[in-house]
Amino acid sequence: MLQHKSLLQIESRQFAKEQGLFACIQCGKCTGGCPMAIKTKLNPRSLIYRVLIAGNGFSLEGREELWDCTTCATCYSRCPKQVNPMEAIIAMRSAFVEKGRVHPNVKTALESTFRHGNPLTMLRADRAAWAKDLSIKAIAEGAEYLYYVGCTPSYDPRVQQVARSLVSILQRAGVDFGILGTEENCCASEVRRLGEAGLFEMMVEENTALFKELNLSKMFTTSPHCFNAFKNDYPKNGLQVQHYTQVLAGLIENDSLKFSGEFSRRVTYHDPCYLGKHNQIFDEPRTVLRSIPALELVEMDRSREKSLCCEGGGGRMWLEGTNPGTRLAQLRVQEALETGAQVLATACPFCLLTLDEAVKHQKAEERLRVMDIAEITAQAL
Amino acid sequence: MSVKTTITPRVGVYICHCGINIASTVDVAAVADYAAHLPGVVIARHYTYMCSDPGQDLIKQDIAELELNRVVVASCSPRMHEPTFRAVITEAGLNPYCLEMANIREQCSWVHPVGIQTTQKAMQLVDSAVAKAVYLQPLEVRQAQVTQAALIIGGGVAGMQAALDIAEAGFQSILVERTSKLGGHAAHIQRTFPTLEPVADLVNELSERVARHPRLTRMMEAEVKRVDGYVGNFRVEVGNNHRVGDNHRLTEVQAGVIILATGFEAFDARLKPEYGYGVYPEVVTTPDFEQLDTDQMRINGHEPKQVVFIQCVGSREQPWGEKGKHEPHPYCSRVCCMVTAKQARLVRERLPSAQVTVFYMDVRAFGKGFEEFYDRTREEGVIYRRGNPSEIIRRGERVVVRAEDTLLGELVEVEADLVVLAVGMTPRPDMAELARLFNISRSSDGFFMEAHPKLRPVETAMAGIFLAGCCQGPKDIAESIIQARAAASAALIPLMRGQVQIEAATSFIDEELCSGCGQCALVCSFAALALHPRLGMMVVNPVLCQGCGACATACPSGAINVHQFTFDQVMAQVEALLPGSQTVKTNVEILICL
Repeated sequence: MLQHKSLLQIESRQFAKEQGLFACIQCGKCTGGCPMAIKTKLNPRSLIYRVLIAGNGFSLEGREELWDCTTCATCYSRCPKQVNPMEAIIAMRSAFVEKGRVHPNVKTALESTFRHGNPLTMLRADRAAWAKDLSIKAIAEGAEYLYYVGCTPSYDPRVQQVARSLVSILQRAGVDFGILGTEENCCASEVRRLGEAGLFEMMVEENTALFKELNLSKMFTTSPHCFNAFKNDYPKNGLQVQHYTQVLAGLIENDSLKFSGEFSRRVTYHDPCYLGKHNQIFDEPRTVLRSIPALELVEMDRSREKSLCCEGGGGRMWLEGTNPGTRLAQLRVQEALETGAQVLATACPFCLLTLDEAVKHQKAEERLRVMDIAEITAQAL
Repeated sequence: MSVKTTITPRVGVYICHCGINIASTVDVAAVADYAAHLPGVVIARHYTYMCSDPGQDLIKQDIAELELNRVVVASCSPRMHEPTFRAVITEAGLNPYCLEMANIREQCSWVHPVGIQTTQKAMQLVDSAVAKAVYLQPLEVRQAQVTQAALIIGGGVAGMQAALDIAEAGFQSILVERTSKLGGHAAHIQRTFPTLEPVADLVNELSERVARHPRLTRMMEAEVKRVDGYVGNFRVEVGNNHRVGDNHRLTEVQAGVIILATGFEAFDARLKPEYGYGVYPEVVTTPDFEQLDTDQMRINGHEPKQVVFIQCVGSREQPWGEKGKHEPHPYCSRVCCMVTAKQARLVRERLPSAQVTVFYMDVRAFGKGFEEFYDRTREEGVIYRRGNPSEIIRRGERVVVRAEDTLLGELVEVEADLVVLAVGMTPRPDMAELARLFNISRSSDGFFMEAHPKLRPVETAMAGIFLAGCCQGPKDIAESIIQARAAASAALIPLMRGQVQIEAATSFIDEELCSGCGQCALVCSFAALALHPRLGMMVVNPVLCQGCGACATACPSGAINVHQFTFDQVMAQVEALLPGSQTVKTNVEILICL
């Protein structure tokens, strides 16, 4: 048992130095804004303090709350001293992963990513099945943009509708794009956030080599998670990476996207963490929604920088966390209902699934529908 | 390339013990003995304190008896005692620029352990100073007349106080204020800390004295448009903000000195969207609070029952790289802790049934009477909770402050009817423009930079331009007054003397080599270089030149030299430090070969 304990130790002084934790002034802004801290033991501020005072060995034994973090970025975006508790938590998770001490679901997701190029235990051969009847160009034929679809939109029947909607919009607007089809590989964003740094590095190398071989210059993604990974986690390679809402906002701005229909509903927009807090993309999704005829956009109190996380990030799609009771997505649906909105719009596959689930849990399907911006836009074409 | 001074150098070398500061690590007798054998050296002595009267007398006596014409003092930094020893040799009849100092304290004895190497380093430094001394040239010390008036920019408490002091001392004082009202930020404050006096009394007294003073001219609704000249003789164009048709009326003001008291701007709390300032009517800033009618305090039509103060809003923070939309404010704004305590006291006083909570990171009650004021604030029932709130959200009629109480280690949600954000002090948005206009620097925090943080806190690097109040950094009223009076008294020195000594160690141009390309003018921070309209070469304005040497390094033709730091002098100094140069004979040869 004693030996087991030492296995989960980190060299805290080195760790604190690498993670820049000595800058922390213990103000508590990270924890005060953390959406998980209010319902689980997770306390980023106290975690940093414990690492700082630990001397040179800090045991992670029993710190199951590290798996509660959704990597929503609230902690570091509020920090006055440029400390990044979220990254420190990810680095601590690595210690668990290295020793193989992870939840079986995490193991499955990581193994599947390694074997099949997706964390969903789906077959690579089926990756492009959603696009069979859509006559989309293969990127190898050459195109202005690569549409990087991502794992969840490729395989999940609910999210496939988002990808299909997006394709119909882009084809209508005459955008020249292609997809990788079965060549497409997971971006490994979640792999990295689950603490599997080695596998992440491997995937980065594979994907970077593939992009280079195709001589790409522009790409966009369905998911803010893939977008963030390519934009911020991958080495800079001159490739312009956009989220699809940015592409749509651009099309609207230069009048390439015209609506012949309308969407006459009251809509509220949920900012995905990886689009908003991580990348400050608050305006483009709203630009798209505002341009849709008859759509009434209302804001929740917690919007933009204050948006409440849906609890689907940081590998939490595969993990319950230590308090599965009230999900953040359920709180979020409640907030959406309070605005009187009929549609809760978002622009992230994970948000879409967690919020959909929460609406069902609250038996609010009659009052509130969760839709992706791509789906709403496609309906108004 | 060039010859030594025309007269034979007779150098005296004086090694100072500085008590035990130098003597405990450096073998001063050995250094003196070494120096005595250097070329050109007539006498080398060591003494306990060269700066003391007997030490100074030693130098004067030697100059008279041994006919010394160059003096080297090996002691502390020239920043400390160069003026002292220059005065000494001047009294003994030498030109003040015939002195060279070797810093064997800060650069040797203080930073190295006892040992032979430390003594050897002191010898090398002395060697180098002597090598340069041989090349020193007497320079002419010139004077310029001083216009007997001061221009003060900014009519807040600092500007008013500085203008009054100058006028009281008997000089013309011209106060330029951009708005139509004197008093600046202080005019919008109800009461002070730590005495809870009404600020209006204080501001009114000052502005009335300003209005009445016969030697004080006010230029209201006016701004500086152009600055010309130099210490003693500034010519400043002041434009009236009051537009008459399309014309700004311009007035030229002549002044010997300028005091900048342009103030600060309160941090814009909208830059922290997580607090909802500008969205929630319940969330106000500390300056907004000063505008509230505290006798009839109403928020949303109700008397607030729960009041929360949040400290350090826009202070002590480094925003995330590219994400930071606004400039970083890494400094402590110094006043917010006490402003909060004062306002919390006012709430307790006016609304005795209200619960008052202050969220803080550290309470900095450093001034006279501040800690006692903080004690009193807590005694009156204000609750201090440690933690910097992360966000404010709406819940029904009220807003909710979400924070971690770090002493409990728990996330807390405090409902409030009124939240006061203690916003920090930031540089005004026109600071960059003003800095360019007056040719002065700003420190990394964006405020104007003083010439030296300790020794010259109210001066700028530009001779004749002084700083007062919050344009130099956050201050409370008392500190602003202190700095204003200090700036006024520093500015009075040239005014009272009537003339200013002009730095003789300026740059000079070799007419044969200068092509008039203007590279030098580009790097000059003091606007001292200009192209001669007819000669096609650059000329140095020796009054503006501060002798920094930037032009000399920028000149592609090597046409610019700086007096007291000529190529010959510096090269001699460097050669003396190179290995192998310590044998007396080789050294002499190197010097001559140069």
